[in-house]
Amino acid sequence: MVKAKSSKIGDIIIVAICVLLILICFLPVWNVFVRSLSSPAALVRSDVYLWPKEFDLTAYSLVLKDAEYTWALAWTAMLTVGCTLLSMALTILCAFPLIFEQLKGRKAINALILVTMYFNAGTIPSYILFKNLNLINSPLVMVLPYSLSVFNMIIMRTFLQNIPVSLRESAEIDGANPFRILVSIYLPLSTSVIATLSLFYAVGRWNGYADALMFMNRNKPFYPIQLLLYFIIQSKDSVDAATQEGFSSPGASDAIKAASVMIATIPILMIYPWLQRFFIHGVTLGAMKG
Amino acid sequence: MTAQTRAQKTIGRGNSKMYVKRYWMLYAMLLLPVAYFIIFKYVPMTYIQVAFKKFSITKSPWDMEWAKNGGFEYFIKAFSNRDFLYAVRNTLTLNILGLIFGFPAPIILALILNELPYPRFKRITQTVAYMPHFLSWIIISGLALQLLATRFGLVNIVLRNMGLEAIQFLDKPTNWVWTYVFLGVWQSVGWNTIIYLAALTGINPELYEAAAVDGASRLRKIWHITLPGLRSTIIILLILSLGQIIGSEFDRPFALTNTLVTSVSNVLSIFVYNYGIKGTQQSLATAVGFFQSVIGVIFLISANLIARRFDERGLW
Repeated sequence: MVKAKSSKIGDIIIVAICVLLILICFLPVWNVFVRSLSSPAALVRSDVYLWPKEFDLTAYSLVLKDAEYTWALAWTAMLTVGCTLLSMALTILCAFPLIFEQLKGRKAINALILVTMYFNAGTIPSYILFKNLNLINSPLVMVLPYSLSVFNMIIMRTFLQNIPVSLRESAEIDGANPFRILVSIYLPLSTSVIATLSLFYAVGRWNGYADALMFMNRNKPFYPIQLLLYFIIQSKDSVDAATQEGFSSPGASDAIKAASVMIATIPILMIYPWLQRFFIHGVTLGAMKG
Repeated sequence: MTAQTRAQKTIGRGNSKMYVKRYWMLYAMLLLPVAYFIIFKYVPMTYIQVAFKKFSITKSPWDMEWAKNGGFEYFIKAFSNRDFLYAVRNTLTLNILGLIFGFPAPIILALILNELPYPRFKRITQTVAYMPHFLSWIIISGLALQLLATRFGLVNIVLRNMGLEAIQFLDKPTNWVWTYVFLGVWQSVGWNTIIYLAALTGINPELYEAAAVDGASRLRKIWHITLPGLRSTIIILLILSLGQIIGSEFDRPFALTNTLVTSVSNVLSIFVYNYGIKGTQQSLATAVGFFQSVIGVIFLISANLIARRFDERGLW
């Protein structure tokens, strides 16, 4: 079939819009990346656009030599791995039993969980709870309180529900207990959803800072990377890193800010495109039953 | 609490030993998750009473004294507090603008992506469009400062080189509001297309073929086939966003704000943080948080009722 001329013009407009979209999404990150690789002098002259001027890795070496920053990176990485493992364990333990229709009390538990999605107590009641549990200023306050997301649990549950019941029933007849069924039948079939939800949890933890700011304000050594970045970005002139190294020429702090931002961003930018196929599927599952 | 005890009772009530033998493990698995919800979600709900009581750091919420005016002292105080009234205004302004621009954007983008004739290019566009969703608001605020700052921001350098006047994107309250809204759309538009694109795959292709035979133009096909196919998804997401209309996230305004624009950037979450966590007016901050949650639920329920009135499926 020959395409009509108007449809071809339409195609061109659509492609143009998409190119524009790519530029709008990509250029801000690219520009900061380029700045992080430019010399402070070029930044002061403000003529760094799309390619590094006077290529310079000093900012990176300064940031990576800063003990506070590198520790925050390493600590946040450990925290992210730990939180993701815990969250996935809780999510699976919550979602799996709820797919058994014979389970008595299933509806009540489902309701108990759903209510928390639409109504929450608020920040101060949580603060009082954390205080009672001695979690204030403890790193555990970044681990426990938000370890299970209802939204992610629903995605998990929907995925498990879509696995044919016959598989489970035949295993039950063979005398397998629910735990065996979970480990040897369901989990091997769920790698894609596990990858997706792990990504969601990991990104959430890596990017989060509000809980540390509110509930762990006095425990500076355990600040996550984003909170440290917040203070770096907000600082008007020189960063700790810059002053410590006796490096405080104008523009240097700009380069350091750009480098600090890039170092914390690059890990995520490297990972997410590989998981694209999975998370599209995951979001779609959430939408079906959410 | 009731659900857990009920769940425990049902084990006992299950008169066949078989049932217990077969399923006790499922309850064991649920133990930790249910404990999580009770401890971290339901116990704080009982602390909402702090909103009606005089906060004391040494007492448990159950033992605190009742507040004046039949317990409503802090609600009255909130509504005569200028900061609070501004915070309500700012929250509504930012959320409503966010809804007006942020809600249709992914629908339009999904329609555009759906019309894109080159699968590979479509994939690349999607990958790049999803990227902002993975950046933290701290990082986005860092990007925004580097790009939009009045003197050294890239955009203003370009504007000045073109002989135009620099724009104070972040330092002038009205401009800040638009920057905030734009950054929100920027961050979420690509990600939010995923749901719509998934819904689009559910539309029967024969409809398009029939329309093509009838000589329907591209826009007519979008209007008569694609949009109706998205209808129920759009309504459900709209209900959910309306439930968020007075809700306020913390990460985004806190990361993007600066001292020059607090008159428009102080939203309810920041009010609660300033008064209840940095300050010592815990009862007032609890009252504000409770007010926010209740209004949110009311909006959600009304939006759902309206949707069902119009014969839509709704959330429940």
